[in-house]
Amino acid sequence: MSKEKGLETICITTGPTEVGDYVTLNIGPIHPAMHGTLRVITQTDGETVISAKPEIGYLHRGVEKLGENLTYSQFLPMTDRLNYCSAICNNVAYEMAVEKLLGIEVPPKAQLIRMIMMELARIADHQVCVGILGVDLGALTPFFYLIIQREEIYEIFEWHHGARLTNSMGAIGGVEADLPDRFHEKWPKMRDTIRRANDETDSLLTHNRIWMDRTIGVNAFCGDDALDWGFTGPMLRACGVRRDLRKDEPYLMYDKVDFEVPVGKHGDVFDRYMVRMLEMEESVKIIDQAYALYKELPDDAPLMKKMPKIIRPPEGQIYHAIESPNGELGFFIKSDGSDKPYRIKIRPPCYMVYQAFEDLVKGEMISDLIACLSSLNVIAGELDR
Amino acid sequence: MSLKERIEGILGRDLLELTEFRGDICVEIPKNRVIQALTMLKEEAGFDFLSDLFGIDNLDLYTKAKKKKKKSEDDEAQEPEEKGPPPPRFEVIYLLLSLSTNERVMVKVRVPEDDLELPSITGLWRAANWPEREVFDMFGVRFKGHPNLRRLLMWDEFQDHPLRKDYPLEGKGEERHLNYDIA
Repeated sequence: MSKEKGLETICITTGPTEVGDYVTLNIGPIHPAMHGTLRVITQTDGETVISAKPEIGYLHRGVEKLGENLTYSQFLPMTDRLNYCSAICNNVAYEMAVEKLLGIEVPPKAQLIRMIMMELARIADHQVCVGILGVDLGALTPFFYLIIQREEIYEIFEWHHGARLTNSMGAIGGVEADLPDRFHEKWPKMRDTIRRANDETDSLLTHNRIWMDRTIGVNAFCGDDALDWGFTGPMLRACGVRRDLRKDEPYLMYDKVDFEVPVGKHGDVFDRYMVRMLEMEESVKIIDQAYALYKELPDDAPLMKKMPKIIRPPEGQIYHAIESPNGELGFFIKSDGSDKPYRIKIRPPCYMVYQAFEDLVKGEMISDLIACLSSLNVIAGELDR
Repeated sequence: MSLKERIEGILGRDLLELTEFRGDICVEIPKNRVIQALTMLKEEAGFDFLSDLFGIDNLDLYTKAKKKKKKSEDDEAQEPEEKGPPPPRFEVIYLLLSLSTNERVMVKVRVPEDDLELPSITGLWRAANWPEREVFDMFGVRFKGHPNLRRLLMWDEFQDHPLRKDYPLEGKGEERHLNYDIA
């Protein structure tokens, strides 16, 4: 009963029901077109969206509260469950935040392995996003080209640390294992297959008339608005703002590799798609360079810094952010000197993007709302924490 | 001019405390000057991007400090407990970022338990919309002037504020009182 009551109150607050003959359409939280457990309550006039109120919290597990009751090392597997499309980026972001709190720097070999794995995760994340965007707009074929490649990437993850989806890669102070032997044979081949899959996707979608009609000019967004709303990552770059934490606040060894930051112009669905496609190319370039740097290091170079069994950082608070596939992923940690963090705050990138959802889709068609949602790449696990 | 000096120069008397830890600068500003101080930081210091906004409950920090003190005092003569207003329980932190210089600063506001209200900064940055709702949801700090101050992650009928330190990890069993019709 109370659920119905809740829906009623929300619908009344959404807009001018009494004015016109608007239809309230509730999409989600369980709906094939909704990614994860998202819910949008829309008011529609025919097929035009008059208002769209996102409701979140359906996947809220209280990760931050749990973090206050777990030790620093125990919290690492929790970070997998944030953005499960690129769990490694979450792992590394958290590890680096704790390392900053401790004031240590990990050995160069561990940094390069982290970089290689993170870029592979970025490619996998973008492949899912682009593939699903295609599926939602009716193009099923590219999804298969991309998902086969993602499978190969997951194979590498499995060789390296044993897990495919919830990676929990590395530890505070470094990484647990060297690159697997099979990686050295696999990578030169895989680089080409990833590029080929991207080319196939590109040839199927980019100049496709239907694709262009469905994406160009849909949800165009300007850069100033995007900054005001706190956008980061591909969403912001699609709006024409060149900002990438890998360039602007370099961490690991990103300042030693050479890569471009692709930017769009109009901030529409097409630009977001193109930015992601080009970023995959750049990621392949980064992995190549990081791998070359890795090759220069001796085989017995250390992977882990010597760490105490129980990590007790000094009192203090830090914030550390990295560029995850979706944008700025930051961890704020406040320590009270004990073995558990006093407060952990996660800054998920798609949280800021999704709160502007109404601004993005107002006045568009319902079918464009679905296109918009797919192109945002909102991950419910990260959004609700 | 270093960032510290610049912030000191711009905030002037509004700067209560400036701490630095591992290169992260944290400034404390008075509660009644939040909008003015943040506007100054945005417009004069160039911190034009709101990265995040969140709350902290300091309850455990104070109880721990008290316990420590008591332990050390137990050996000596027992002193009467100090009187006076307790330190403000909550903190709200604004994470600001300058897009031109890539510098970050944390702005801290202390919120006492008996006056859980802050002005909303949604007028300065629209990005503060959901974070402010989340702070209200999780800590109970109300933001005056917020366009839609409802709970964000917990459901609307929920009574408590789960990220407070006195809220138990396993919850208080609220979900049992939800009566969904399960057919």
